[in-house]
Amino acid sequence: MVTDVNQPTETSESAPKIRATDVSVFYGAKKAIDQVSIDIHTEHVTAFIGPSGCGKSTFLRTFNRMNDTIAAARMEGSIELDGEDIYQSGMDVVQLRARVGMVFQKPNPFPKTIYENIAYGPRIHGLAQSKGEIDTIVEKSLRRAGLWEEVKDRLEDSGTALSGGQQQRLCIARAIAVDPEVILMDEPCSALDPIATAKIEELIDELRGRYAIVIVTHSMQQAARVSQRTAFFYLGNLVEYGHTSDIFTNPREKRTQDYITGRYG
Amino acid sequence: MSSAIPLLLAIGLGLAGWLVARARAWRFKSTAAQGRLPSLPIYHAWYAGLWIGGPVLVFAAIWIAISGNLVLQHVLSGPAASALPAFGMRRDAILNEARNVASGFADRVLIPEAQGLVEPFREAAALYSWIGIAVALVLGLAGGLWAFTRLKPDFAARARVEGGVLFVLFLASLVAILTTFGIFVTLVFETVRFFGMVSPIDFLFGTHWGPDPMANAATTDGSRYGAIPLFWGTIFIGAIIAMIVAIPLGLMSAIYLTQYADPRARKWIKPALEILAGVPTVVYGYFAALTVAPAIRDMALAVGISNASSESALAAGMVMGIMIIPLVSSLADDSITAVPQAMRDGSLAMGATKNETIRRVLIPAALPGIVAGIMLAVSRAIGETMIVVMAAGASANLTANPFEAMTTVTFQIVAMLTGEASLEHPATLSAFALGFVLFIITLVLNIAALRVVKRFREAYD
Ligand SMILES: Nc1ncnc2c1ncn2[C@@H]1O[C@H](COP(=O)(O)OP(=O)(O)OP(=O)(O)O)[C@@H](O)[C@H]1O
Ligand SMILES: [Mg+2]
Repeated sequence: MVTDVNQPTETSESAPKIRATDVSVFYGAKKAIDQVSIDIHTEHVTAFIGPSGCGKSTFLRTFNRMNDTIAAARMEGSIELDGEDIYQSGMDVVQLRARVGMVFQKPNPFPKTIYENIAYGPRIHGLAQSKGEIDTIVEKSLRRAGLWEEVKDRLEDSGTALSGGQQQRLCIARAIAVDPEVILMDEPCSALDPIATAKIEELIDELRGRYAIVIVTHSMQQAARVSQRTAFFYLGNLVEYGHTSDIFTNPREKRTQDYITGRYG
Repeated sequence: MSSAIPLLLAIGLGLAGWLVARARAWRFKSTAAQGRLPSLPIYHAWYAGLWIGGPVLVFAAIWIAISGNLVLQHVLSGPAASALPAFGMRRDAILNEARNVASGFADRVLIPEAQGLVEPFREAAALYSWIGIAVALVLGLAGGLWAFTRLKPDFAARARVEGGVLFVLFLASLVAILTTFGIFVTLVFETVRFFGMVSPIDFLFGTHWGPDPMANAATTDGSRYGAIPLFWGTIFIGAIIAMIVAIPLGLMSAIYLTQYADPRARKWIKPALEILAGVPTVVYGYFAALTVAPAIRDMALAVGISNASSESALAAGMVMGIMIIPLVSSLADDSITAVPQAMRDGSLAMGATKNETIRRVLIPAALPGIVAGIMLAVSRAIGETMIVVMAAGASANLTANPFEAMTTVTFQIVAMLTGEASLEHPATLSAFALGFVLFIITLVLNIAALRVVKRFREAYD
């Protein structure tokens, strides 16, 4: 077990934003995540790395209960958001997902206008009463996502008419429009070219100050560039978790070392 | 019978050419450098087979169509035909009889005059049969010669065969287009004749429908040919009542099937819906006439609607709506399923409920397919005949009361064509004009459906 390497040893930590304890996830009889415990901190970017199929996405999706939408998926253990168990019976998934936003691997804007894409969340959650308020939210979210200058004259165009990188920033803007506390990103740059990737990374860095961000990535460079914490997963286990600089310069586990130096994965 | 020989020749010669060409191509292969050919032997085979079989096949098709007539002409120009009556039914009967005996369909002649013609028929048939075989052989040989002189080891047979396949596919699609065009032309032709007797204004805007098949065709009373009640009945039953039933039920079942039903339920319900689509419309017809219509009348009478009739627009429309539920639901089902899972996940991850996701994301994204399904359903409903024939009644009422009997365009087409009037009578011809209008309406609906689909496509990809 990896409990002793699990928590970064830092004294000045505030309470964790998310605390996962002994989380296991099963797809039918198959165990995809095996008793993982981890603390996620706010105002940090946490990177999940590991070879394909090791369960990064599965674990990430436990944070906003997106695994609930998969009939075969079942989870054990507990996940607390600000100390509150999100799997307890009275939990409102709608509220949870408003607090924990998600950006997917492939940009998935709705087939609606750019404006409507952003307004979607605020409307559902009743965050705005008037058109004016929604206008404000749309502009603010697009600005924060660094997309405003590019689309301000074409808000009525379809969101799907944007380039891949713009679509992904639109999805980020859509996620931050409901003012979440945590943003989960599952390989947000894997469908993008280097320039669009650089823009997203820049954006993640800017957003860090407000949210807890968890990003799954296959790029070691990306993890090193954008994250402060890195968690290395292997075959459903959390092998090592710590400060990104430590993981990359001085990993404690041989498996981590092998992975980041490209020996497998 | 003998006119089919060119057809058999086409197949036989084509097959022979195919086999020979393949054998030859294999020989090329064994002599070619590294044993490789630019085209596989099978393509050489098809190239030769198509060049031989194709022209012969075309000839055979034409020959089957015209050889009967050629034989007849030949007989008529002979001396034995001079004794025939100049025209009329008797002449046709004699000719038919002689031909039947000559070709062995009948054993002996019943009309004595036919006897003298049997032999000429037999001779002519034999002659033309030989001509047909000869032409087929010549065509086959010519095609074979052409193909075989071109078969060389480096011949690009593959590309040629591709081209040939393309041509065949093109011809196949042409058949459908030409048929449509042909139907349209006949329809227009007969409609023009009708409008020569009844003015289009009377027909399109008149509100009284009551053609009299016994009336003198020369002095047609245009005011009896007002088709508005029929158009209204068609639209009221097919596009209004049926749609009020079919759209919500079809959409809801599609949503249930794609979003809520667990796979086991889906496995049963979907085929059940498809069976509904396969029920012959006449079965719906008697269901409407014997079960639904009386029930509706009784209900209407019970709530105090006195003029409810036992045949009602409501009964026909409702049953028609049930009939087209599968059409609406399966197209909606397909287009909802085609919305990428990523859309659904995106919406759910925003905190939307399943219901909100369906209403705000899935349905808008699937709208082109849904709208197209509805348009198709409308055009199917207004073209539907059997149910209205059995349940809606024959009286051309212009009313918005769904409990009254109404009639539709399709019903009247049937009634007019099977009526007592002659083919030249305006009452009969009015069927073509009605068909023409129906054709135009469905055409417009289908074009509109395509337009809608295209506009949403542009907005959504
Ligand atoms: N919907 C599902 N049903 C069944 N098994 C699944 C499902 N999703 C994932 N799995 C299995 O769970 C394991 C973990 O999958 P997961 O998608 O979490 O891996 P990952 O680390 O995100 O991989 P990648 O880097 O390729 O995205 C895999 O073995 C996968 O086959
Ligand atoms: Mg993944």
